[in-house]
Amino acid sequence: MTATNLKQSTEYVKPKMNWAKLEESENFANTVKLYRQGKIDPDNFRRFRLQHGAYGTRMTDDYAMVRIKIPAGEIYPNQLERIAHLSEAFSIGNAHVSTRQNIQLHWVVLEDVSEIMRGLAEVGLTSREACGNTVRNVMCSPLAGVCSEEAFDATPYAFATARFLLRNPMNQNLPRKFKFNFTCCEKHGMARITDVGLIPQTRDLDGKTQRGFKVFLGGGLGNKSFVGHQLEDFTPEEDILYTSIAVLRIFDRLGNRKNMARNRMRYLVDEMGWENFQNLVLKERMVVRATQSVIVKLEVDNTPKEIKRPIRITDTDGRSPPDGYSRWLKTTTFKQKQARFRAVFLTLESGDMTANQLRSLAKICSEFSAEGFARNGFSQDIVLRWVAEDDLPRLYSRLLEVGLANPGSLTMASPVGCSGTTSCNLALTNSHRLAKEIQRKFLELNLDEDQTLHDATIKISGCPNSCGQHEIATIGFYGGGGRVGKDMYPVYQLSLGGRADGEAMLGVNCLRVPAKRIIPIILKIIELFKKNKKQDDTLASWIHRIVKGNENSEIKSVNDFKKILEPLTIPPTKEQDKDFYADYGSDSSYHTKTGKGECAA
Amino acid sequence: MSREKTLRTTIDADSLRSELRDNSVRVIDVRREEDYKQSHIPNAANLPLANLLADDSPDKVLKTAQSFGIDDETPVVVYDDTFGALASRVAWTLQYIGHEDVSLLDVTYGQWKSLGLENDTKIPSFGKKDHSLNLHPDILATADYLEKAKEKENVILVDNRERLNYLEQHIPGAINIPYRTLASADKILRPKDELKRLLQNRNVKSDAEVITYCGSVGTLSGLAYYALKSVDHPNVKLYVRSFKEWKNLNRPIVKQENADYWDLSAE
Ligand code: SF4
Repeated sequence: MTATNLKQSTEYVKPKMNWAKLEESENFANTVKLYRQGKIDPDNFRRFRLQHGAYGTRMTDDYAMVRIKIPAGEIYPNQLERIAHLSEAFSIGNAHVSTRQNIQLHWVVLEDVSEIMRGLAEVGLTSREACGNTVRNVMCSPLAGVCSEEAFDATPYAFATARFLLRNPMNQNLPRKFKFNFTCCEKHGMARITDVGLIPQTRDLDGKTQRGFKVFLGGGLGNKSFVGHQLEDFTPEEDILYTSIAVLRIFDRLGNRKNMARNRMRYLVDEMGWENFQNLVLKERMVVRATQSVIVKLEVDNTPKEIKRPIRITDTDGRSPPDGYSRWLKTTTFKQKQARFRAVFLTLESGDMTANQLRSLAKICSEFSAEGFARNGFSQDIVLRWVAEDDLPRLYSRLLEVGLANPGSLTMASPVGCSGTTSCNLALTNSHRLAKEIQRKFLELNLDEDQTLHDATIKISGCPNSCGQHEIATIGFYGGGGRVGKDMYPVYQLSLGGRADGEAMLGVNCLRVPAKRIIPIILKIIELFKKNKKQDDTLASWIHRIVKGNENSEIKSVNDFKKILEPLTIPPTKEQDKDFYADYGSDSSYHTKTGKGECAA
Repeated sequence: MSREKTLRTTIDADSLRSELRDNSVRVIDVRREEDYKQSHIPNAANLPLANLLADDSPDKVLKTAQSFGIDDETPVVVYDDTFGALASRVAWTLQYIGHEDVSLLDVTYGQWKSLGLENDTKIPSFGKKDHSLNLHPDILATADYLEKAKEKENVILVDNRERLNYLEQHIPGAINIPYRTLASADKILRPKDELKRLLQNRNVKSDAEVITYCGSVGTLSGLAYYALKSVDHPNVKLYVRSFKEWKNLNRPIVKQENADYWDLSAE
């Protein structure tokens, strides 16, 4: 093979947007001092801290978690390098990629948070409004712009929305947190399980193609979960901002500020009834349209992205790609609508990356992605898009060197696990580690290569809150405590058949499974599937039929599942199996311990 | 120690180059012998950290210094390729036996080379010189000293290991400033104003007595020692035997309980 090594520029592509405000760092440092001196009361400080993107940490006031917003998920090489450095200097030398396109630094000394803010500001990033009762990070499908099913690229709209709302006074003290999700198409995204979900669509108007969105309102996961309602058939692009403002104003005015358990917008929609809520939004939008000055316009930058990178940087020297390449290719890459390019989904474990991996990734994405930056996705993952197919073998080798070449990111073998007892105050179980254990087992058994499992998902939360999104998983779990006499053991509620696509529904509760029996139970479910599946079934489609009551094999209902699985969940005595009574990542006996929650606050 | 205040803690590459030209400085390379042999800063002596640690008794260190042609007045500059931590440990040891004028090169050897600065493979020889022995116990903390001192007000104990190690176990009362906090992108220590701000945020008052420690031999905490010195902290001590000794002595240890932070690591 001939070498076509085009000269690589070492210059990184520069971030398009600057989300930062440097003053906020100093202000934060000063406020922490006043708080420590007792000059600010804890509640006010807490509100301030959350508004600036710093969460509390499990069982301590000394540490915080800093949530860095990555609007629309676009993250640039210099930003990755900066986060690497900040994680070593002020955190645990690792960063965590979340399910909402944030990157989180855990176990940060509260007094150091301002230094992280400063370091972020220097590369255009912010943690502002990443927590608290604000509009959180505006998400956009990592495939926007490259998905063959999409009507158009939603990214510029996500950016414009994020820019309009960030630090906007209307968004500083809502009844509760508020989330916007833009997607590319029905399949790839979460438009129906969020406060405002938007899917691009077009229509013909007087011979011209008009851009617009399907807008879904009032969906969301939580102690009680709901699927969003579509506002109208077609919301033209010029109405997106008016609609968003209208919805926020209604929520601000009518949302429940008293009852913490019912203060997300979905409860307001539920209480009012969809039709009343819908009418109110449409009316409010007219008012907004009439009263907002002309300047308030979504500033969408639709200039096409520069794809300036070399098409081929590969020189394979005639060597065949390293072992594992075809498995990796099959289970982590996505064919873009642009011929000969792929999007590569890096397989992480529960979204964790070391500082060194972040640094390597900065170089790798600059070299291999024709757009020169990365995106983070919805499943605790990082996506490199615009990789020329010819370059994939070499990319694989490079990822292999830094431990980022595991297969399975686009399969059931990559479970999502929230932070659980690694850092969250409300956690009852170590959901984070459990996700890693399942992943390792699945890869060991080559289950990522099983085509019939591809579209199923496993998602795990460490308590009934749904940060791990268990309710939209084919197989979902949330943590709790079980008991035999005086002895406690970690246990998870299993739910089946959740999904977030066009047929979005929440998983149906099945039974409680002890933590140390989860892997055998999942394998048992797969075994039952293999035995009973129809020709073209996937695990997801089979379970979907069961939860809908449309299956006619041995297992017709969730209850039938329960009967078969129940014997596997019977606790042994402590003498028989001590390990059963310890959670993953711990060798001492399990006991529940929680502090004051902020995920639910 | 007011007399130290006038002395520099670090020296930049250009100043060192001009002092090298004047032949007015002794440079010590603390990397391994095989790395040193490949190339080093011209006329540098080699004192691999491992050799120093094998016997860091004052007599032995004194003999080594003398064999490098260092007398009481010779300015000494130390460098490594390990973000300054190994160099710090050697520099501190020289100060401990009473050598006043020691500083750290403010870049690593790797950075020195990537700046395209001169290097050499020639192994220099030095005429032996006389050096007096004048121990400085005021920059050393022992376990016993630390045990008593940490109860006092205005004494701050700083653990310079990585955060996860600190969370898992540390000396009661210690605060954690991981060694990675101390460097900037291109220098082994951050600029003074940044270090000052960081310390201020963490409530490390400039008149406090500060004792630094790390995992085992006082390298990472040696760097912290010099970071504090660079911003003129008057009273800094290195607990040179660090956490390893503390544990072996079965002294009290605390941990951050009820959280599985290790499982956040991708390693
Ligand atoms: S609140 Fe519950 S679901 Fe959310 S991160 Fe904490 S343990 Fe996980």
